[in-house]
Amino acid sequence: MRTVCVVGAGAIGSLIAAHLSRVVRVVVLTRRDEQAAALAEHGLRVSGLREFTAGLEATSSPAALTAFELAIVTTKATDVSEAAQALEGHSEEAVIMTIQNGLGAEELVRQHGPWPIVAGTTLMGGTRHSDTHVEFELDAPTWLGPYEGTRHEQVERVVSLFRSAGLQVEGFSDLAPSRWSKLVFNASVGTISALTELPHSAPFVEHEGVGGLVRAVISEVSTVATAAGIQLAEDPWELNVRAVDDDYAHPPSILLDVWARRRTEVDFNIGAIVREADRLDVAVPLSRALYALLKAKESSYT
Amino acid sequence: MRVCVVGCGAVGSLFAANLARLDDVEVWAYDLDRAHVQAINDGGLRLSGAGEAIAEVHATSDASTLPACDFGVVATKAMHTAQAIEACAHAFRHGSVGSVQNGIGNEEAIAAHVQRVIRGTTFPAGIVVAPGHVRWDVRGESVLGPFEPSPAPTPEIERLADACTRADMPTRAVADARGPQWRKVIFNAASNPVGAVTGLTHGRVCERPDLRGLVSALVDEGKAVAAAQGVELDQDPESLIDHAARPDVAYEHKASMLQDVEAKRSTEIDYLNGAIARVGDELAVPTPFNEMMTALVKGLEASWSQS
Repeated sequence: MRTVCVVGAGAIGSLIAAHLSRVVRVVVLTRRDEQAAALAEHGLRVSGLREFTAGLEATSSPAALTAFELAIVTTKATDVSEAAQALEGHSEEAVIMTIQNGLGAEELVRQHGPWPIVAGTTLMGGTRHSDTHVEFELDAPTWLGPYEGTRHEQVERVVSLFRSAGLQVEGFSDLAPSRWSKLVFNASVGTISALTELPHSAPFVEHEGVGGLVRAVISEVSTVATAAGIQLAEDPWELNVRAVDDDYAHPPSILLDVWARRRTEVDFNIGAIVREADRLDVAVPLSRALYALLKAKESSYT
Repeated sequence: MRVCVVGCGAVGSLFAANLARLDDVEVWAYDLDRAHVQAINDGGLRLSGAGEAIAEVHATSDASTLPACDFGVVATKAMHTAQAIEACAHAFRHGSVGSVQNGIGNEEAIAAHVQRVIRGTTFPAGIVVAPGHVRWDVRGESVLGPFEPSPAPTPEIERLADACTRADMPTRAVADARGPQWRKVIFNAASNPVGAVTGLTHGRVCERPDLRGLVSALVDEGKAVAAAQGVELDQDPESLIDHAARPDVAYEHKASMLQDVEAKRSTEIDYLNGAIARVGDELAVPTPFNEMMTALVKGLEASWSQS
């Protein structure tokens, strides 16, 4: 693999682009001209768990993209359509990789091209401090799996690339159990955090109150997973409990969006759960109500 | 007769200022907001909007200065009832005390310190716009009845209702005030937290079919809990919800709980949805949506101390 195009340079996109640039040529496709110019001029600085500055190419113009073997769409789920549209007509032999939270990103990519798609979910985390500086905070695996007819070896090539770049990665023949574990976690903890504006912290694991609601929503969403024939790779309540140490207060990305009064990924997590529940005829009264509340909250500021 | 309004915010001021206009009523007001108390004592308690008045009210933040009163009208936020009535109880050793507050549990808190207690509910609303000045936004009736475990005598309840009615605050004395009280509790529990969590006014909440569905689900749980206690609602809270959504009524009204959330003040959630869930739990009536709204609003309250 010679050239990788990374679409979007938020925290995750920046971390991936910086690491991959150590083993392949990386072109970052940004939305803003200034960011592309800054990246091309200064490179991308990684701090935190690793310290290095990556030299890479960057452009804000899809027309300027040359051939690539892999494109990684790292935008928020709400911007995947626009990102995939930018890739339309480019490198039809290339593999496209997704890495969004929730469900639905691959379907959106598919609408813009026939590329083989590798579906991804990542647990790693960081904070973007500027256009050219990202802090690597959580070194955790990225999970990859095939979407529709994508071949096993196409997934494995991406797995090898990530591994050679020093990123934790695991390939699966079926991504659904892992992806749904994270989805259940985001749909419950994330939605409740966004509505209460309470960072993920001790109240989420309490027996009653916020914790009781988290537990009830996890139970509903797990029922949808079961009805969809998916056996969760991890117990979402355990994921929730494990993440909450003493003094731990982490704002999930959906809460950062609410704080910044931006559109959230609500349609791709709890919204996706409600759509799946309707398709499978499973009752999810609390999830449906939380979805309605968060959509309404978004409408109050957007 | 001498009446003391305990908690002279918007609703308390409507009672205080209107009652003070009657020749046969002397009104005292106990409130912890010193600027408000000072303004009332300096220039009178002023009402504007749905009714105009500048009334002479004896206001104080020092409960020990209250004289013996025939009646108390408690109008604090529900979470302040116990503290306020404990401070003022000496003034009501021979009087009757009624609650015109939101939620469930106020009469119980009053009865811990006062013998003759009136169960009450009131629909008029307003807002304190400046110290000593309350804007009267919504007219409406009030209902008073005995608090069953520790009741005020019926003639006393009728006497207070009569005074309020003569003072332009139409008030009915009834044998059982639980129906109107639960109607208002259910209305508040179904509309307030949804506005508080979403940031939307009552009218905008009702325009979104998915949210309006949640409001109805909250109403239905409240009705089931009321029925399980043998409380007969005097009117369907659903019709109140639709009525309030009208542009000429309260479409643009921010529920008091939303005002609290925006100001990062404690809310009355424990006395509304929390109380419905608690009573439902005791009577084996499921209340998942009221529990959900309680958890969300408690989470919001917790977020203010974290950030």
